[in-house]
Parts: sequence; C-alpha cells; structure tokens
Amino acid sequence: MKQLLSFIRKEFHHIFRDKTTVMILLLMPVIQIILFGFALSQEVKNTKVVVLVNTMDEATQRIISRVDASEYFDVVQIAHNSDEIDLAFRDGNAKLAMVFEDHFSENMKHTGKAHIQLIADATDPNAATSFIFYASNIISNYQQEISQPLSGGGMIVPEVKMLYNPQMKSAFNFVPGVLGMIMILICAMMTSIAIVREKEMGTMEILLVSPMKPIYTILSKLSPYLVLSIINFSTIMLLSVFILKVPIAGSFISLFLVSLLYIFVSLALGLLISTLTSSQLAAMMISGMGLMIPVMLLSGMIFPVENMPAFLRFVSNFVPARWYIDAVKTIMIKGLGLSAVLKDVAVLILMGTVLVSISLKKFKVRLE
Amino acid sequence: MIKYLLKKEFKQIIRNPFLPKMIFMFPLMVLLVFPWAASYEIKNLNLSVIDNDHSAYSRRISQTIVSSNYFRLTNHSDSYNQALKSIENNQADLILEIPRNFEKSIINHENVKVMISPNAVNGMKASVGMTYLASIIGEFNNSLSSELYPEMAKSGSSIVEIDSQFRFNKSLNYQVFMVPALMVMILTLLCGFLPAVSIVFEKELGTMEQMNVSPVPKLIFILGKLIPFWIIGFIAITIGFTVAWLDYGLIPVGHFVIIYAFAAIYIFAISGMGLVISNYAQTLQQAVFIVFFFMLLFIMLSGLYTPVDSMPDWAQWLAAFNPLKHLMIVMRSIYLKGSNFVQLSQELFTLLGFAVAFNAMAVLSYKKTN
Repeated sequence: MKQLLSFIRKEFHHIFRDKTTVMILLLMPVIQIILFGFALSQEVKNTKVVVLVNTMDEATQRIISRVDASEYFDVVQIAHNSDEIDLAFRDGNAKLAMVFEDHFSENMKHTGKAHIQLIADATDPNAATSFIFYASNIISNYQQEISQPLSGGGMIVPEVKMLYNPQMKSAFNFVPGVLGMIMILICAMMTSIAIVREKEMGTMEILLVSPMKPIYTILSKLSPYLVLSIINFSTIMLLSVFILKVPIAGSFISLFLVSLLYIFVSLALGLLISTLTSSQLAAMMISGMGLMIPVMLLSGMIFPVENMPAFLRFVSNFVPARWYIDAVKTIMIKGLGLSAVLKDVAVLILMGTVLVSISLKKFKVRLE
Repeated sequence: MIKYLLKKEFKQIIRNPFLPKMIFMFPLMVLLVFPWAASYEIKNLNLSVIDNDHSAYSRRISQTIVSSNYFRLTNHSDSYNQALKSIENNQADLILEIPRNFEKSIINHENVKVMISPNAVNGMKASVGMTYLASIIGEFNNSLSSELYPEMAKSGSSIVEIDSQFRFNKSLNYQVFMVPALMVMILTLLCGFLPAVSIVFEKELGTMEQMNVSPVPKLIFILGKLIPFWIIGFIAITIGFTVAWLDYGLIPVGHFVIIYAFAAIYIFAISGMGLVISNYAQTLQQAVFIVFFFMLLFIMLSGLYTPVDSMPDWAQWLAAFNPLKHLMIVMRSIYLKGSNFVQLSQELFTLLGFAVAFNAMAVLSYKKTN
C-alpha cells in the first residue's frame, strides 16, 4: 500500500511539474464554457441590409425605417442599381438585399399591389432562411397595420414555448458537450501520451522490473488524471450554474456517478491506446483523430446526430461521449432521474468493461 | 545550405511511419465525412401533434406541415403529457398543439392560437425548427385568408407581395457552406499542428542540439522548417479541390489562382504560429496541448458554423485576431461568390500581417542556446 502511494506521488510529480500543461488543462474548460456560453449563437442580430429603391416615397421609407429599427437588421446602404447589390454581397458588406419596385406607394394605392424582392446571401443557408423569415415578418406586420380591418380575424397565431431552455441559450447544449470533450482530452489523450512517453524514454522498463504488480503501476498512472478530471468536472459545474445560469435540474449525485463512469471509460480508452502504440506522436495522432474528432462531430455536442446519414448515426453508437452527453442532457437539463438514462449507463459500463479487458490483455509486462 | 536542410526535413517526414499517410488521408477523411456530420441542415424534424379539434382544418394544417419535407409526423398524442413523454425519450423534437374549437374560430373569423413547443436543449436546432414551422403556418394563413376573404383581392385593400431569392447557394445546401470552410480547417490542422510538433520532436530526440551547434543561421533554419509545410499544405488543398469537385460538384466561382495565393500566405502564417509554440514548448505533450488550446479557440471563433456577426462585441473583437476567421471568409467568398483580390483586400493585408508577425516571432524566439 505504501509502495502504491509513493508511486502515485511520483505520477503527480510528473504532471504537476509541467506547469504549462496543467494550466492549460485547468483553463481550457473555463475558456470553452465562456466562449460556448456567451459567444456562439445563431441568432440573427444586426444583419447588414442593402436597400435598392429608385423612388423613395412614404411607404418605402416606413418599411426601411422599420427594418432598420428592428434588432435583426441594420440598413447600411441605399443602392441605385442591381450591380451595387452584387458588389455589396461580394464585398461582404451586406447579407440581405431589399429591392422595392419603382413607384411603390403609388402602385399600392392604385392597383392594390406592390412588390418587394428579398435577396439573401445564402452562403450560410440557415442564416439566410432566418433573414428572409424575419424580414417578411416585418413587412407583413406593416402591411397588416395599413390594410383595412376586413382582413383581421381567422388567422392562426403560433405561440411558442421553448421547453427546458426558454431563453434558448446555447450553453444548455454545450455544457454537456464540453464535459464530454474535456474528459476525453484529459483521460484518454493525456494518459496515453504519458504512458507512451515512459516507453519512449525507457523508464517503463524500470517500472516493470520493480516489485510492483503491473496492475498497480497502471492504477498509479491513472490516478492523477482521475483527480484532474474531477477538478475539471467541478469547475465546469460551478461555472455553468453560477456564470451561465444553467441549473442542474436533476440530481447532482446521479450526474456525478454517470460522470465517474464516463471518466472510467475514457481512462480505459487511454490505456488501450497506450498499449497499442509505441511513440508519443502515434498516441497523439490516434487519440486526436480517433477520439477528439469523433467526440466533436459525432457525439451530438455541436451537430445533432439525428440529422446525419444512417451510416454516421451507426458509427456514433461507438463513441462513448455520445452516450455520456445524452445522459448529462437528460439528467442535468431535462431533470429526469437515473431510470431515464439506464440505457446510456448500460452502454457505458459495457464499453468500459470491454476496453479494460482488452487493454489488460494487451499490456506487456515483459521487455521486448 | 537551405537545400540540405530541406532534404533533411523531407527525409524526416517520409521516414515517419504515418506522416505521409496522414497528409493524404486527413483531407480525404475530413472532406468525405465532415460535411455529412457537420450539418445544421434541419430536415425531418420529428413532430408530435396534439389535435384537440379533430376537424377538417386541423387535419389540413398538420398535413401541410408534414408535406413540407422539414417535418415528419412521429405520433398523434392525446394529451400534452403524452407528447412531453415522447420529447423526453427523444422520439419527438417539437410538439404542435391544436386547440379545441380550432375550426370554429377560423370559420367565425376569430384568431386562434396554436402552441408550438420545441425541445430547446439544443437552442439552435429549436430555433431553426421554430422558424420553419412558423413560416409554414404563415403560408397557410395566406391561403386561408384568400379563402376567407375572397372579396379582399377585388376590393382596394393593399397587398405587399414579397418574393424571396437565395443567392450564391440557391438550393440552401449546407454542404456548400461547409466544404470551403473545411478546407481551411484542413490547412490549419495540418500546417499548424505538424510544425508545432516538429521542433519539439527534435528537442526530445536530441537532434536539436546538433542543429544548434551547426553554423546554420536562425532564419535559414526556420525557413527550412517552413517550406515543407508549404508543400504539404498545397498538396492537401489540391486534394481538397478535387474531392469538393468530384464528391460535391463544387467548383469555385472565383479563380483557383486567388485561392492558392491566399493559401500560400495563410500556410505561412499558421506554420509560423506552430513554430513559435514549438520554440517555447519543452515536451511534445506540452506542444500538443498548447496548439490544441489555440486551435479550439480559433475554430470556435472562426464562423465555421455560427456566424461571427452574431457574436457579442468582445468576441468579434477577439475574432479579428483569428487568422482562421479571415481565411474562412476568403474561401467562402471565392468559392461561392467569386470575389477577387480587390474585394478581399482587407483579408489579404490582415493575413499578410499575421504571416510576417508570426514568422518574425518564430525567428526571434528560436534560441540556439538552451
């Protein structure tokens, strides 16, 4: 036991000696949470609009000032021909163009019909859809106000109630994602690099010939990363509750237990990678390409898994983060109990067991 | 002298068991897989309908919604609680509740409320879904009003007709949006990560000391490290062009030459940054984590999938110092809009500035003594 403790102490020294890395590991979740929580959103805000109008009259003026006054749009330029619109798009000076037909007010009065064309820069398709939607809304509101009360009733008014996340904060989606990613980074990537490093330096051989059982060597290697992960888990929780105001709707205990399970799976992954590779560069590449990218892409952290083609949805089943993130969302955001995440937990336990048994089998106790 | 240094660098790269493979496989993998996964193209949202009215109109509106391609009817629920259950176990993404007396109200020319409740855990997805649903209902309203008020079209009441046009990406294809940006990612990861590793790697191997005692000047040494990544970057981006063309039918509207020119400057900048990091890092692990830290920051603030315009001011200000953001704009503009040097001159000078600054730092921070 005393031996084990001194081995663990040695491992802690290994990590905490390298101040830069430790600082990055502790700061990374903080910065990610703040960025994801405050900086990233898809809401339409102050979109630059160019207006093409040849005969400025009362109606066009009113519509333009309404569009400009809304929080969604800023009218930045009045163009006089369509080339100017083209140029504004290519320069990136405008994302939406409003083209009024000539004699807009007059047409409205005399023929009862007037025409506006909305042209959106659809480079970003979702943003473009929203631009058109918001601009049309502003115009139809204007129209409803000026037209006779005849067309008043009989309309369907959609009323929206956002479930779980009434303000639609992106943080609600990202907090579980950041948790899932940081754990993989610390437990799998760092662990594998650290173990392989000892192999490369030749100190692994010294560990192997020591009277310690290999299993204890492994345990002591893993323990500092366990501690780091728990520290990061706590910072992320504190930040999300107090800074981002993402409440923990469900029980904290079950959230912690599920996270421990995930840390265990990630450590097992790191261990497996370290037994399969013999150079730090290889360990880094495998954990980078094989773990980080799938976690970012296929876990539902950023992009919803349901929209992906069947093949990728199938692959995503093998990404532990997917199950963990799902469980965290269910417990933390939706506020459901452990019984709602039984499937996620079962899958994670299965993955952990398989990974540990493979890596223990592969772990070489002999010199080559 | 540079000739021999380059020879050495290339030998080191080729001798490595997976670097050459990675230079080819990485762009392929990213471009073949990412556009399918990295998609906010919302189709087939699962809709649970609570129809409390069971009338011709209520059926018509659910029909209209389902036939729009964006929504898929998962189930008809009898109560709100039942619908909520299907949201809880992720079978449905949103609930549409049609009230009793829906039809009666419409026929009596009274406004009637329908309740839309999206699962907003993923706020972006919810808002996109809500926008779609609301615009479908808006269109439905238009057709209703011409039915309810046939006299309106004849009477003098004024109508503003709106027609909308999507430029540069008419089919609103999300892949068209992602592919040019992903090429930027490929360049960044290959030409940012590898230089960062390369000097530290030599430090760990001990060959760095040999370099330090040799008469190679600092500038030449850094150039020798940079040029291979230039070539790697060009190979990667050419693979990118080919895949984009073959797999997604995407050919830049603007000129290839402009893209290559921007890429040349960008690779120079980002590799310089990698070299600065590897000058400071002591171990490979350290280098990897520092690069990873910056890359993640850069990627998040690049406008890859959330527009920079939507960010708060402080984040936009930070993003101005992000080389990725500038190249992202450049790539998308050239690929989709056909912009040229004049229109992109601001990005051109910014990227040139980054290139000069990072490489000056790389030369200055490289110390021959340690």
